[in-house]
Amino acid sequence: MQDVLVTQRLVALFGAAVALLNFPLLALWDHDAVWLGLPLFPAALFAIWALLIGLLAWVVERSPDPAQGTR
Amino acid sequence: MLPASLVIAVSFAYLLALFAIAWWADHRAHMGRSVIGNAWVYALSMAVYCSAWTYFGSVGRAAGSGVWFLPIYLGPMLAMILAWVVVRKMIRIARAYRITSIADFIASRYGKSPSLAGLVTLITVVGIVPYMALQLKGIASAYAVMTSPLGAVTAHAGPWWTDSTLYFALALAGFTIVFGARHLDSTERHEGMVAAIAFESLVKLLAFVAVGLFVTYGLFNGLGDLFNRVRDHDGISRLLQFGQGQAFAYSQWAGLTLLAMLSVVFLPRQFQVMVVENVHESHLRRAVWVFPLYLLLINLFVLPIAVGGLLHFGAGGMNPEMFVLSLPLAQGWTMLALAAFVGGLSAATGMVIVEAIAVSTMICNDLVMPLLLRSSRYGARSATDLTGLLLGIRRLAIVGILLLGYLYYHLAGEAYALVSIGLISFAAVAQFAPALLGGMYWKGGTRRGAMAGLLAGFLCWAYTLMLPSLAKSGWLDDGFLRDGVLGVTWLRPEALLGLGALDNLTHSLFWSLLLNIGAYVGVSLWRQPTAAEASQALLFVDVERRTDATQPVFWQGRAQVPALRALAARFLGAERAARLFDAYAREQGRPSAAALVADARLVQFVETQLAGAIGSASARVMVASTVEEEALDLQDVMRILDEASQLRAYSHALEEKSQSLERATAELRQANEQLKSLDRLKDDFMSSVTHELRTPLTSIRAMAELIRDEPDMPAEQRQQFLGIVVGEAERLSRLVNQVLDMAKIEAGHAEWHTTTVDMRALLEQAAGSMAELMRERGIGLTLELPARVTALQADADRITQVVLNLLSNAAKYAPRDHGRVWLSLSERPDGVEVRVRDNGPGIPAEQRERVFEKFRQVSGDDHYRPGGTGLGLPISRQIVERYGGRLWLDPEPGGACFSFFLPFAATEAAETPT
Repeated sequence: MQDVLVTQRLVALFGAAVALLNFPLLALWDHDAVWLGLPLFPAALFAIWALLIGLLAWVVERSPDPAQGTR
Repeated sequence: MLPASLVIAVSFAYLLALFAIAWWADHRAHMGRSVIGNAWVYALSMAVYCSAWTYFGSVGRAAGSGVWFLPIYLGPMLAMILAWVVVRKMIRIARAYRITSIADFIASRYGKSPSLAGLVTLITVVGIVPYMALQLKGIASAYAVMTSPLGAVTAHAGPWWTDSTLYFALALAGFTIVFGARHLDSTERHEGMVAAIAFESLVKLLAFVAVGLFVTYGLFNGLGDLFNRVRDHDGISRLLQFGQGQAFAYSQWAGLTLLAMLSVVFLPRQFQVMVVENVHESHLRRAVWVFPLYLLLINLFVLPIAVGGLLHFGAGGMNPEMFVLSLPLAQGWTMLALAAFVGGLSAATGMVIVEAIAVSTMICNDLVMPLLLRSSRYGARSATDLTGLLLGIRRLAIVGILLLGYLYYHLAGEAYALVSIGLISFAAVAQFAPALLGGMYWKGGTRRGAMAGLLAGFLCWAYTLMLPSLAKSGWLDDGFLRDGVLGVTWLRPEALLGLGALDNLTHSLFWSLLLNIGAYVGVSLWRQPTAAEASQALLFVDVERRTDATQPVFWQGRAQVPALRALAARFLGAERAARLFDAYAREQGRPSAAALVADARLVQFVETQLAGAIGSASARVMVASTVEEEALDLQDVMRILDEASQLRAYSHALEEKSQSLERATAELRQANEQLKSLDRLKDDFMSSVTHELRTPLTSIRAMAELIRDEPDMPAEQRQQFLGIVVGEAERLSRLVNQVLDMAKIEAGHAEWHTTTVDMRALLEQAAGSMAELMRERGIGLTLELPARVTALQADADRITQVVLNLLSNAAKYAPRDHGRVWLSLSERPDGVEVRVRDNGPGIPAEQRERVFEKFRQVSGDDHYRPGGTGLGLPISRQIVERYGGRLWLDPEPGGACFSFFLPFAATEAAETPT
């Protein structure tokens, strides 16, 4: 059961990642601005990326041990 | 500038160090202490994704178009989110069926088709050649930058045998053979190689980050300073903007992301490290986020290095792809430059080694082997040991792939940037996605469908991407790019049907995947799958639902154990085959391999083992030629599947039944225990009752006999004896009454007349009836009653019985003449509490609970029995508990203190019809 939940979370995270990294949400960063001394667009991309890694780690590391799938 | 000899010496020393690591890891594996059985090593080995493309090409790309190097790494991020679901399933399938390459995977899924395996291998080889060339080009350029005066890199001139890149390619081939084709392993796992790759991943990350830090903090004063200076240069600052002065090319962005997302799973080397070399699937759990983290770290300094180089050298001054080397060199940091060169070497060699091993396995198992086995010399009827030949083919394939890569580099490499070359390869392997992913999740896909899809996708890729790349390098007349083939303009390769809104890569990806998926689905739906396809589809799609024991075996026919054994020995070597058969016999519970029965499961076992060594398609052909098979049709497949699922259902039902039996047994045992203890209680009770009855009977009889035997007894004494007889008879009848009463209550036959009871009145009445007795014994009775209490529902006579029992007990134990008894009543929120206290000897702590046992009379002195039945307290407790109350003994120093509590409203719970 827990495994099904993890799968659903991963699919949801995938959907969120696709939305964040594509049209039109990407255009949110279409400003010639500076964020903490860094150009906005590249900084935003790296920030989204780091956020996704964090969420992914949270989801998978909490999942239960898989059934013995050893060789 | 560094001396060429130094650069070459360092390169070789580095490769030797790699080999030492690989040797050490292999050695450890033999001793059973694997170094790669670890999620971190697994994640690092995945980073073989970062090749010379990442190391050199990304900076070049960033210097030309800003953040557009990123989709190649965001795609893997997306893929890794789903990897725990998708790649884990791939790992399970590959492990269950000993699949060792992507060609094997696809071929095995679609009925172990040799033609499909061959096609996938061909696509891989053609598609991967540019990628190999990219690595060679990266190393060649890096070597040139290191050994030439800064900014004076000239194109190589001279005859081809003086080209150092050729020798480098050959050296790499040698190393690859040492890493991956020294001996044969039926699972195609290479512990040493994986350890070396993981080490290389560390080296390239550290080297690149070191250069990044040098540029950011050595050349400039941190990121803030760097980007501040960029703002003064209009040409460079535009790179960091969103659209860079134009509309943002969303379709290209999405296309690149999709491409990278597919490539990170389907590139031969990624499949190799991720699926084939996986030690335990739980390692994937950590790797799915550590690998993207690695990608993020290695990309962190790409932009700073790119813009730093542009600022330092000025646009067009230097090849941006080599900023990683030229920036430290320009500052005289030659050691850093050398370290960066080693990092680049790591990136390129890692990719080349793994890719060449993976592709050579495919060429050997899926291309050459099926052809060889068809020939009379090596075919099924021959008995030649083929292990040596297998190794030879693989080694040759490795050299061949590297030479092809060199050729492409030599012919077309100069005209293209690193990244553009790599993307051509990415688009080629993306063609595997529909057949492979479809095969894992859709049972309807057929061999013809997969074949059609792959062919359509590959041809479309070749026409729209590969041919134009050759034409642009000047090896073909590029007229057809502008005018279309034979002047038909809607056939222009980069604008099929006039679709010109997309860039050439997205255009090619769109058309090839569209045709691929269309043909795959369309042709699959055209006809019903054959038995072989249907059975493999079931095994693949439902891999997670089956265990080994209930795995259906889709095979029927006759086989001989010696023949199967000889077949295994031909491809695995006699010793390995003997070991495998012995292990299998043990698993089946047979004494030795000689006692094995050649059933379907054994045939399948041999075929799976062979598949590990020569690919599933070739293994199928070999097994089919050794045994007498009966062809399966679709009905047979369904029948076998039914049997397997019935077997599963039976074993499931059996398991459930045995569980319920166990439960029933446990219940019965418990009931039996209860009965036994009740029986013991009854025996105890009977013996107590008889004992209690005998005591008064004995004294009555003794007195009566005395009176009978002595007729001239003085009247006074006779009167006294008769008094004792009457008293004992009274006690006897009281006892019998109480035993009957007790039995009635316990059996639930007692009559209860529940009415509204005013406890205060009841206690006053009870105290009144006891007053005379107390006064006789010189005991003072004190009542502590509140003015009024709430009435409750109970049987007044029974409660009176309880109170009288407690009072008479108190009167019995209180000392004569100066005894005192207190009777108190108090109201609690949910009921009333009655206390009866005396100043008698009290009850020792260890006996507090025992006074409520039947026939138990307690006193400090065992011989002192102040007349009573020993049933009063047990009966009282039964009565109180019937009304949901409690009767207990308070620990009170100096005298006994019994209390009982009766609730106002809990009577219904215990009220049973009598």
